[in-house]
Amino acid sequence: MTIFWAIIRHELKLTARQPGDLLLIVSFFLLTTSLFPLAVGAEPNLLARIAPGIIWVTALLSVLLSLPRLWEPDYNDGSIEILMLSALPLELIVLAKVLVHWLLTALPLALLTPLVAVMFQLDIQALPLMVGSLLLGVAALSLLGSIGAALALGARSGTVLVALISLPLFIPILIFGVSIADMALMSLPSEGAFLILAALTLFALPVGILGTAWALRLAVSN
Amino acid sequence: MAIANPCLPWLALLTVACLIWGLYLSLFASPADYQQSETVRIMYVHVPSAWMALFIYSVMAIASLVAVIWRHPLAEIAAQASAPIGAAFTFCALVTGSLWGKPMWGTWWVWDARLTSVLILFFIYLAHMALTSAFDDPARGRRAAAILCLVGFVNVPIIKFSVEWWNTLHQPASVLKLGGPSIHADMLWPLLIMALAFKLIYLCLLIVRMRNELMAARVRNLTAARARG
Repeated sequence: MTIFWAIIRHELKLTARQPGDLLLIVSFFLLTTSLFPLAVGAEPNLLARIAPGIIWVTALLSVLLSLPRLWEPDYNDGSIEILMLSALPLELIVLAKVLVHWLLTALPLALLTPLVAVMFQLDIQALPLMVGSLLLGVAALSLLGSIGAALALGARSGTVLVALISLPLFIPILIFGVSIADMALMSLPSEGAFLILAALTLFALPVGILGTAWALRLAVSN
Repeated sequence: MAIANPCLPWLALLTVACLIWGLYLSLFASPADYQQSETVRIMYVHVPSAWMALFIYSVMAIASLVAVIWRHPLAEIAAQASAPIGAAFTFCALVTGSLWGKPMWGTWWVWDARLTSVLILFFIYLAHMALTSAFDDPARGRRAAAILCLVGFVNVPIIKFSVEWWNTLHQPASVLKLGGPSIHADMLWPLLIMALAFKLIYLCLLIVRMRNELMAARVRNLTAARARG
């Protein structure tokens, strides 16, 4: 288990020393969300209604943007092979890396969501659900996206490929994630949608970890 | 391949015969629906296409499983060869469904569970094809695509049961269900013949595409051997 925590500490330290990637995601999220009022018109009622969808889609795209950085540096400099030789099973290494990826994307996005929500005149009552659904949903996105990122290692035009593989898998998460905040906006009980999102995330946990480990073994063996 | 090659012309002949018979039955011999009148004939293309979309993906998933577990090269090639055919059938199901939806539901497209999940299936087919061809080493691409295919298989039961789990505009299954089909024999038979014809089309195309792929692999190996001198 010490290796597990060592990997997490190492990744966090890397990001602390080079916060560029984190800043990239944060500024992408803010910039892209601010495009929507300019494009669809700044009518407050309209913005309040479509805010959950816009925040979710933009969060999804931010995760997508960060995915190529998940495995590619380790693959290119060969440290993934060193990690695979360690005593820790590859599945747990994957879990550690995905956990860090989730921390470094979900937390900034969740912290920025209240700011964006205010800009979009989102009903303040829906805000806790919005943030909660993002924290939960981005975990599923990280897990599923990690498969795509690992499968595209060493491929031509890898970035586009990651998007093409990951987006179809992201769609169910998006649907139920948005419906949580939407139901809260319509003052309907949103527990059901929240439980479904939690179930999807729990389901994505083994699928994402096993699929990524499989794909990494394949990438390294060739 | 030794068995498949001599069979292919006969199989092709059978496919054409079956398709002509099925088209005659569905376009001329079968009755028009009392509610939908002549537009019901879209069903004879739409439903078999949709069945094929799911069937081919299931075949690919089984082939991928075999490929991943036993590393059988023919299974990988079968999955690779099936993907574009499956994508074509899925596209066909989406387009004919859209054409059928306009007169019946009054709209080309609705974002309900069945239509959305089939659209996702189409995207997964596209991703599978892109991933297969994205590597310099074709074997690597096929193995990566096998993993994607297995992950994407989650979608298949969702599509199958989407009409029962959610309230959708799309009608529930009326052929494969408990208590026998709820569709009249005059319409059921043309439908089944068309489904058989579509299965045969898939089989023919699969054999041709697998043969092409095996020959391409042989050409690659020979050129590589010659380049090595």
